[in-house]
Amino acid sequence: MYGKGLKTLSIATVVMVALSLSLVFFYAPLDGDQGFIQKIFYLHVPLAIVALVGFVAGGVFAILHLRTNDRKWDAYSYVSIHLSVIFGVAVLITGAIWAKASWGHWWVWNEPTLVSFLIVFLLYATYYPFRYAIEDRDRQARYASVFAVTAGAFVPLNFMAVRMAQSLVHPRTFATAEGGMPGEMMLTFLCSLVAMGLLWTTLVKFELTAKSASGQVKRLRRALDAPAGGGSSRIAPEVS
Amino acid sequence: MTRSRTAFAAILAKDLRSELRTLQSLPAMALFAVTTFVIFRFGLDRTSLSGSLASGVLWATLLFAAVLGINRLFVSEREEGGFDAIRLAPIDRSVLFAAKVAALLVYLGTLQLITVPIFAIFFLDGAGGLGPLVVVLLLTDLGLAATGTLISSMAVNSRARDLLVPLVLLPLSVPLMIAATGATEPLLALGGPSYHRFGSWLTVLGLYDLIFGLVGYAVFDFLLED
Repeated sequence: MYGKGLKTLSIATVVMVALSLSLVFFYAPLDGDQGFIQKIFYLHVPLAIVALVGFVAGGVFAILHLRTNDRKWDAYSYVSIHLSVIFGVAVLITGAIWAKASWGHWWVWNEPTLVSFLIVFLLYATYYPFRYAIEDRDRQARYASVFAVTAGAFVPLNFMAVRMAQSLVHPRTFATAEGGMPGEMMLTFLCSLVAMGLLWTTLVKFELTAKSASGQVKRLRRALDAPAGGGSSRIAPEVS
Repeated sequence: MTRSRTAFAAILAKDLRSELRTLQSLPAMALFAVTTFVIFRFGLDRTSLSGSLASGVLWATLLFAAVLGINRLFVSEREEGGFDAIRLAPIDRSVLFAAKVAALLVYLGTLQLITVPIFAIFFLDGAGGLGPLVVVLLLTDLGLAATGTLISSMAVNSRARDLLVPLVLLPLSVPLMIAATGATEPLLALGGPSYHRFGSWLTVLGLYDLIFGLVGYAVFDFLLED
């Protein structure tokens, strides 16, 4: 049921990623100040945008789960957050590489977007120990949804607070990247963004399909081994 | 509505009475805070603090002392069947949230009433900044109470209860701490209190309180379902 369209989506993703990479390396002009290292922007910023949208999507799915009590929304929420956290690691690493190349330091505290993202990432990383510490499956799903909703409300507030903590106005490399971008760079950026979004969606669909399949296998196995009915021993969200 | 108000008052009174009789959270929180001040004195190798250092020491200590109290907030409800009683009673379940937030507010307020003067005596050169600090303390307490109650109610039903609260609460309280320390730092400056961006920080605190108060109130019903 989940696997429908996965092949088409995967192919579209591969095509977009290949297209974006070609654009990044062969079409987009070299940046005046930073040179070649600026090209990591086409990886870093789409990763960040998609990760944040993924967190918000996780929150939206969580609201749907709380309202309808349909387990599938919980699975969507779990997988969205899971992949966004992984993308988040990639954001932080590529951000550090870019910072090292541009400013000479692996980490800079005075870049509010990076710091805000770190805090959001740290919060969502607590989703797993939090979720798995609750034993009852129903309660686990419900509490996880509440967490996702709370964390979703937290994200804009966090960005605002961190930005306010900047007392000095210092040159924002990221801003110049968004502001005066020539047409070729904008096109490359948009292609990269679409490719990253497709990649995230494909991975979400893939993970949901995999979980669904393994869930079905486990159920069949349980039915074979213990026909009288056995308790569930899995702690991860079940997908039907 | 009267029923909600009565229920709120009843639960709040029960909590405060219970804390007054057993005194399990407050003395621990206060002692923890004062001992932490001493550790900071030696850790930072300073006998007087001002500005950002004073602000940081004060808020870090208050935050961790608050976590101690938040850990214990719902334990009696879970062990003595308070959750079941609330489920059975003909009241709006979010009343429990409101009552617990109010109780935690009282604990945090009392904690700060005891520890902030001690902090001033230990480290500060003048008490000029303490007046406006009360406003910052109140707004931050409200935010901590709302978020802490929400997290505590979820963590109390889990295995690693004492680990979960600090784990989840600390990232959530970062904007609160940014605003609180941002507002406190100029208040405790060496030359006397100043109000650099005081209004903006108070606005951030107020926004945080509003958002998390509303979120907590809205989702609490789902937490009490069985």
